Amino acid sequence: MENQTLLTIEDLSVQFVSAGIRTTALSGLSLTAKEGEILAVVGASGAGKSLLAHAVLGLLPKNAQVTGRMTYKGQVLNEKTLPRLRGKEITLIPQSVTYLDPLMPVGRQVYYPMNKQEGRAKTAALFEEYGLSPEVMKKYPFELSGGMTRRVLFSAAVLSGAKLLLADEPTPGLSRETARHVLRHLRAFAKEGRAVLLITHDLDLAVECADRVAVLYAGTLLETAPACDFAADGAALRHPYSQSLWNALPQNGFHPVTGNMPSPGERVESCPFAPRCPKKTALCREKPVPLRPLRGGTVRCIHAT
Amino acid sequence: MAGKTARFLLGKLLRMLSLLLAACLLSFFLLSLSPIDPVEAYVGASVTVSEQQREEIAAHWGLDQPPAERFGLWLSSIAKGDLGTSLLYRRPVLDVIGERFLASLWLMGIAWIFSGLIGLGLGILAGRREGSLWDKGIRGFCLLLSSTPTFWVGMVLLLIFAVWLGWFPVGLSVPIGVLEQDVTLFDRLSHVILPALTLSLAGMAPIALHTREKLIAINRSDYMLYARARGEGEWTALRRHGLRNLALPAVTLQFASFAELFGGSVLAEQVFSYPGLGRAATEAGLNGDLPLLLGIVLFSTLFVFIGNSIADLLTFFIDPRIRRAKRGGI
Ligand code: SF4
Repeated sequence: MENQTLLTIEDLSVQFVSAGIRTTALSGLSLTAKEGEILAVVGASGAGKSLLAHAVLGLLPKNAQVTGRMTYKGQVLNEKTLPRLRGKEITLIPQSVTYLDPLMPVGRQVYYPMNKQEGRAKTAALFEEYGLSPEVMKKYPFELSGGMTRRVLFSAAVLSGAKLLLADEPTPGLSRETARHVLRHLRAFAKEGRAVLLITHDLDLAVECADRVAVLYAGTLLETAPACDFAADGAALRHPYSQSLWNALPQNGFHPVTGNMPSPGERVESCPFAPRCPKKTALCREKPVPLRPLRGGTVRCIHAT
Repeated sequence: MAGKTARFLLGKLLRMLSLLLAACLLSFFLLSLSPIDPVEAYVGASVTVSEQQREEIAAHWGLDQPPAERFGLWLSSIAKGDLGTSLLYRRPVLDVIGERFLASLWLMGIAWIFSGLIGLGLGILAGRREGSLWDKGIRGFCLLLSSTPTFWVGMVLLLIFAVWLGWFPVGLSVPIGVLEQDVTLFDRLSHVILPALTLSLAGMAPIALHTREKLIAINRSDYMLYARARGEGEWTALRRHGLRNLALPAVTLQFASFAELFGGSVLAEQVFSYPGLGRAATEAGLNGDLPLLLGIVLFSTLFVFIGNSIADLLTFFIDPRIRRAKRGGI
């Protein structure tokens, strides 16, 4: 049976209006996430990765304006549907311990959406599965190590029973070893039929663990590609930015990408990567570059083949 | 845990004793510089008291001794629980303080609860939507309140509600000419409301502003975002995570405000001629009633200290970060 598409994002844009000034944080983003797969969303900090997760959950700050269309199992995500879906069908695996209430024992924070007895028993079982000792239930967030925090947050995600997991930067601050361990858990989630959106700045880990990789740059999507396209010298990749990002990794020659990513204020209509692109032509500056399907992925580059 | 708690409490006790000693020393020193001659104040304008008798009174109080010895004498009698006799009331200082404090307790208690609850409520209302009309209005009101002197607020309230509208009596704590046993609860309440309101208005603003700041910070916090992401509604999230994080600093602040409360009560009681401890302090000061004044200084020091200690204790027991922090081992 074909795996069902859980999340569809079409042409999502997010703008912030503050003191009359409008800044575009995300624009023209289109993605899908299917059951059983890990989709990594990769980008430098400031590319808009976390915003994407918050936008899907409908939890952007009040001065945000969202356009475009997002659906979950064909159901449009909006103020009406989201309150029913948040925490039940779609949930967040946040990035750090600051996302836990500092004054509540972590065990309770994991099970509070459920009734106490059942919740506590299930949490205890999950903690054991994740190698957390029973005392951790009574600990407060400030008493957890980075790896423990991760496992506590994962327990909460599993307990929620959500099918779409938005994992926001689950690996920073962890040793390579622990990070791999964490990603194995994500893989297990996918195997159980969930869809995982893995938001990360770590292309290396993303390629290692995800099925597909979406590359975010300056608030827009430049490419989605099967993870296996990130191989050798990156010739299979569609976008010049993905290629340079890939070749900037130490094991691929450490060729740095020169120049800086435009910040939200200075984003242009035409190709956002043009100022740094080695392959640009006069044509690239003329008009907005649309996202188009190419070889089983998508790309936003007029010259990609 | 038990060891740590015991150490905490013992530390508090030692600090209290040293604080009281310091307060004794300082107030004794200040009063010995005072131009008011206690004997003069005691005998007043009476001409029938001869020079001889004055010296006897002075000797009786030990005033002929050098200051250091007088201090030692005074201290040792305090240690025995004897604060001396009020010159003004001709009664033991402890009795006067006890009686006056009871009246003040009504006043301060009502004001304290009001300012805490209303301050918390206003703070939540303002902080819930930063920049909204509610927020602007409440913030303006609080800033206005905190820049207005308490006695002035008291006089305005007195003018409006007691003089013009006549809803409340103009002063005192019980009706004049009514026997103690005939004073009803209603009498007491109607006398205490205006001064209590004055006092609570003074104490409300800091609580409201603090709560507002805190709530705005909480609403922007990662843990509220996560709570929402897990399907909690705005109010559930606020109740489950917000209030606890909000209440801790608010309650602490409220207990730590005993000094302001007492200071405010001195002014409020003066404006409303409310016969509480604050007014007794003013009278004792103006009439050179040294034993009473010293007694009140000590008592109010203790009062403020207890408030601060409760604040510390609450933080210690409620906030796991402090309770467990020094235990080591994460
Ligand atoms: S559109 Fe042009 S400038 Fe942009 S990435 Fe493609 S080749 Fe480079």
